[in-house]
Amino acid sequence: MKKTLFDKVWDAHVVQKVADGPDVLFIDRHLVHEVTSPVAFLGLKSRNIKVLYPERTFATADHNTPTLNQHLPVKDPLSANQLRALEQNAEEHHIPYWGLGHEKNGIVHVIGPENGITLPGATIVCGDSHTSTHGAFGAIAFGIGTSEVEMVLATQCIMQPKPKSMRITINGKLNSAVTPKDVALYIISQLSTSGATGYFVEYAGDIFKQMSMEGRMTVCNLSIEMGARGGMVAPDEKTFDYIKNREFTPKGEAWDKAMKYWETLYTDDDSVFDHEITFNGEDIEPMITYGTNPGMGIGISGGIPLANAIEGGAATYKKSLQYMDFQEGENMLGKAIDFVFLGSCTNGRIEDFRAFTSLVKGKQKAENVTAWLVPGSHKVEEAIKEEGLLEILNKAGFELREPGCSACLAMNDDKIPAGKYAVSTSNRNFEGRQGPGARTLLASPLVAAAAAITGRVTDPRELMVFETA
Amino acid sequence: MAYDKFKVLNSTAVPLPIENVDTDQIIPARFLKATERKGFGDNLFRDWRYNPDNTPKEQFVLNNPIYGGKILVGGKNFGSGSSREHAAWAIYDYGFRCVVSSFFADIFRGNCMNIGVLPLQVSPDFLVKIFEAIEADPNAEFEVNLPEQTFTIKSTGEKENFEINDYKKENLLNGFDDIDYLLNIQDKIETFAKDTPL
Repeated sequence: MKKTLFDKVWDAHVVQKVADGPDVLFIDRHLVHEVTSPVAFLGLKSRNIKVLYPERTFATADHNTPTLNQHLPVKDPLSANQLRALEQNAEEHHIPYWGLGHEKNGIVHVIGPENGITLPGATIVCGDSHTSTHGAFGAIAFGIGTSEVEMVLATQCIMQPKPKSMRITINGKLNSAVTPKDVALYIISQLSTSGATGYFVEYAGDIFKQMSMEGRMTVCNLSIEMGARGGMVAPDEKTFDYIKNREFTPKGEAWDKAMKYWETLYTDDDSVFDHEITFNGEDIEPMITYGTNPGMGIGISGGIPLANAIEGGAATYKKSLQYMDFQEGENMLGKAIDFVFLGSCTNGRIEDFRAFTSLVKGKQKAENVTAWLVPGSHKVEEAIKEEGLLEILNKAGFELREPGCSACLAMNDDKIPAGKYAVSTSNRNFEGRQGPGARTLLASPLVAAAAAITGRVTDPRELMVFETA
Repeated sequence: MAYDKFKVLNSTAVPLPIENVDTDQIIPARFLKATERKGFGDNLFRDWRYNPDNTPKEQFVLNNPIYGGKILVGGKNFGSGSSREHAAWAIYDYGFRCVVSSFFADIFRGNCMNIGVLPLQVSPDFLVKIFEAIEADPNAEFEVNLPEQTFTIKSTGEKENFEINDYKKENLLNGFDDIDYLLNIQDKIETFAKDTPL
């Protein structure tokens, strides 16, 4: 029987099928952070049970941590309390905990791959919707709620109906300055934020084959923004090269055995998907969002669509533009901005910092722009320093903060003030996401860099052409 | 966590005719710092409900005393965004037991069912009729009948069937949760784990 990549991984993890109900799915690796876990641990306590497989569980602090002065005690008493709760729960249940200041600390979806926790063919969950990131390795990875976190802690299983399958194929070549972030924002703009709800997506075609592992992570990360539970890319040589010799990857004979399995992880020819979508790589421009959901994105040189051109929901559309203080039909290019945020599980890896730095090199940050550059992990931070990027950034007027989720969801002090515009490499432009009243324009690290230099929404190609001329 | 059994609910409803209501609107991230499941209802729709100085925004539906009840009716794609179960907790804690929409985001739907809130999907046309019935009379009553899988606009008698799988239906009817099910097959899980390398 012909099977998709998704079918192969899912079916290999079904412990039991429930009649007219979900599958009992075994979870290989469970990532835990401070915000969605405390109530789950309380649940274990009230049932008087322990974590079944602590060795399959990994905990980090990221959502609620400061990005300045991490060596000092956390000021906010509620945040400090939540961090302490995770530390105590990890200790009580013998779970490895990479808290604030630990060399492996960072955003949960950055440190998973970095340390070899993320493997092809694995099932990975976390109480965070961007767990879909790990699908870049050919894993089935998705976000879960706190009741499910408790379920996985207690039994290493989850009860899920099998999602439908969708394949998104993009062939051709990408234009200059078009990054994986632009590819993802383009797909979401075409499908809308609910276009893939109920599906698990496989990304296929030239564009994803040629993409780096970090690029694939960015694309898979944003799968949830079109409603999909997750997205995945078939593992290949790039995948195996990336994971080899990382701390938690199999070694020696175990590696050879695993490789034999991993090499079977692809969609069989003539497999049938519930839904197939195809795009052309050449059609994608650097993207930017203008509204209050990630589906409201356009090529950077385009205009904001008219309400009567939007399918249904004109009232919701107008409410969204009103929040942003934008008008229908306006161009995005040239709009003044106040903040730039480089970071998050979407774009907080070393390649993102390389891209940003390549554009700002030899230039100066606009004086009226506040820029927050937040690495995804201490390892990313170290690489930024070792590769000499920090020096270039400092010369251009930028400073580096310490790792964490930061202004992506603004749980800590990194809040964009009300009414201000932020070009952000993160994943959500919902009302108030980056702080009450904040206005977010989602974009790639290159578009963010261009905005940081000019203080306006700017086509990065203008600055890049200038550089090579 | 055990929750109240859900069988038949007769109630008025609160209308929120906005599409893509995301979890950051339902409960903003800055209110996720608790370590216990307490008090989330106070911050349900916080930034739509209150001004920055904490005074209520009078035009928002939860601040309008004309509307009330245990049913929340939202526009298409309700609950999109993050996996935070706090969104479902806030809805439950405020007093809602059923959310009606023509389309739900996946994780939100699952979270609701895991804590005893029924996410009830109706057709887009029927959703319009529900909004119309509330507009005509804010005291309009509705019946959610889980055993029969029907939603009825009592003022007009119009009724629509909704879908739910048998397993989840039994759970909601009896207040069962998934963990109890899984703990009962723990031997099978442990055998499975032995054959599954780390």
